Amino acid sequence: MGILEVKGVNKRFGGLQALGDVNLSIAENTVHAIIGPNGAGKSTLLNVLVGKLIPDSGSVMFDGQSVLGRKPFEIAQMGISRVFQTPEIFSDLTVMENVLIPCFAKRDGAFRMHAIEPVRHERAITAQAEAMLEEVNMLSKAHEIASSLSRGDKRRLEMAMCLVQEPRLMLLDEPTAGMARADTENTIALLKDIRTKRGITMAIIEHDMQVVFSLADRITVLAQGTPLVEGSPDQIKTDPKVREAYLGETQI
Amino acid sequence: MLGLTRKDFTLLLVVVALTLLAPIILNPFPVSSSLGQSFNAGYPALLQRFAIFGILVIGFNILFGLTGYLSFGHAAFLGVGSYAAVWMFKLLSYNIVPAILLSVIVAGLFSIVIGYVSLRRSGIYFSILTLAFAQMSYALAYSVLTPLTNGETGLQVYASDPQILAGAGAPSAPHFFGLPMASSTTLNMGGWAFTFEVGYYLCALMLIAAFYLSIRIFRSPFGMMLRAIKSNQTRMNYTGLNTKPYMLWAFIISGMYAGLAGGLLAAMDPLTGAERMYWTASGEIVVMAILGGVGTLIGPIVGSGVIKYLENIVSKINENVLHQWFGALPDPIENGLIWLVHPFVGEGWHLTLGLLFMVVVIFLPGGLVQGGQRLAALFNRKSGTVTAADRDAARQKSAE
Ligand SMILES: Nc1ncnc2c1ncn2[C@@H]1O[C@H](COP(=O)(O)OP(=O)(O)OP(=O)(O)O)[C@@H](O)[C@H]1O
Ligand SMILES: [Mg+2]
Repeated sequence: MGILEVKGVNKRFGGLQALGDVNLSIAENTVHAIIGPNGAGKSTLLNVLVGKLIPDSGSVMFDGQSVLGRKPFEIAQMGISRVFQTPEIFSDLTVMENVLIPCFAKRDGAFRMHAIEPVRHERAITAQAEAMLEEVNMLSKAHEIASSLSRGDKRRLEMAMCLVQEPRLMLLDEPTAGMARADTENTIALLKDIRTKRGITMAIIEHDMQVVFSLADRITVLAQGTPLVEGSPDQIKTDPKVREAYLGETQI
Repeated sequence: MLGLTRKDFTLLLVVVALTLLAPIILNPFPVSSSLGQSFNAGYPALLQRFAIFGILVIGFNILFGLTGYLSFGHAAFLGVGSYAAVWMFKLLSYNIVPAILLSVIVAGLFSIVIGYVSLRRSGIYFSILTLAFAQMSYALAYSVLTPLTNGETGLQVYASDPQILAGAGAPSAPHFFGLPMASSTTLNMGGWAFTFEVGYYLCALMLIAAFYLSIRIFRSPFGMMLRAIKSNQTRMNYTGLNTKPYMLWAFIISGMYAGLAGGLLAAMDPLTGAERMYWTASGEIVVMAILGGVGTLIGPIVGSGVIKYLENIVSKINENVLHQWFGALPDPIENGLIWLVHPFVGEGWHLTLGLLFMVVVIFLPGGLVQGGQRLAALFNRKSGTVTAADRDAARQKSAE
């Protein structure tokens, strides 16, 4: 039994079958890549997992509990974090505040009225946020406004915000899309680091095959909303169906 | 000190000093001088308004400044607060304590209902829902609920009212356990006269408390969450935070501030009418907040102060006053000057306000507070330093 079990999920947009009978099992402590051509339904699948979309049928179980019908914040509280294709951070707040907020969310839950004591008196939480920033090498930028960060830093900040919550499952939608080579290398290194240090289960959507093959333990290939094959990176590399459906296009 | 950083504490001290000394500071000219008659603003009725509207806009800023949700119906809470207070005067006694307590509570309950419904939408739809609620409240108060509000005439206290807690010798005007709001002492110094009124000092203390509480809220985790909601609701949700109760609390707190302001208005003058809830009154609150500086701590006090000053002082400058001022000049110049100045004073104060508002919105998105900070930076010959409000403004620009 994986930490995440997707069974028979269907999702239609009008006449378009975006997801057709998707079955997927992600084992704890693995990095599971989901690849597939444009429009294959990868993002749609992620949206179902975080509660942004409700599937027409099927079930999604996370750690033995159904995710369906829960609001995004409830699913996040269950331990699923998401990194977006374009970083979703609090651009008007400082880098430090960006990390403090998930710390509070982790400790206090979805809502807690804490309107009198200043943030700076919350020593344990501030220390935790600082340690996290230190870990991603951003402590020197703690008091900068997040909107002023470079794209790469924004991405690192977003990952720090997810990591500090110690999620059980982290979902990453094209974490290196549009990045320069050097940034991509950095991101791979950061993700590997997270992997070895924290053992967080990750599901990662990626077009960049180098990223996929250097990180993933398992790979699912999605085509036209349906899983085509699933296997280890070596199996996927040599699978003729995959070559035809996907890898052939990108000429790897 | 008091749980504030040094900088915030200094700001609080400045506000305390200014409010306590306002009867002196705002009366800089001798009573009988023509400048004094035109520009002295340190008389109790106006001072009370400075403080009361300051409280109102400080509360409004907790909602609009922190979360970015623009309520266009905030005057409804002010009005409800006033009605609640006058009812306490009618039923219990002229003691202001139960009256003000009830106005805060009733406004709070009222804002739970309006907030719960309006917060189902955001952006312009939220604003329109609040506006609709406020206009409904106005219409109800004006006609349907006449037994409660005395409709067009307005609610006031009559000799026939029960006032069950009023003893035999109780004052026949609002008082604080026997100390009448209207009692005052006047200090005459040379040509100057300074009036210190109990009512104003009550409002001033409330303003200080309201301001202090707002600093605490701004610096608390709750305040940070509200700013995060303004910045990115999607991220809030995916961080596991439920934005609804945060928003609702911000709305309620803000409504209670307005209720306090409404109660104080009634405590200063124990009658009220539906027009207090009219949409223009709500619009005025928005203008005050933007003029002063949205999301800044001190902006609400500045914005409401400037508008109340224009409304009460500049509006009184008529042609006769202008003739007095420029009378010494040769006739053609006198007439020329009057022709120039006249459209902007007296009834024309709206024009002055409109222009000022435009200048602020276009050049100083951080409000007059940002303007002040720029000036201060100039004087410090540190014009290179970036003020907090400048950063806000830059952020706003980049967000557009
Ligand atoms: N909200 C929506 N409404 C209608 N159609 C949608 C919606 N979201 C996605 N689709 C469609 O569903 C299909 C799958 O989209 P999805 O975004 O999941 O693809 P993807 O695999 O993430 O592609 P890419 O690699 O380009 O990101 C596409 O044809 C898309 O146009
Ligand atoms: Mg996609």
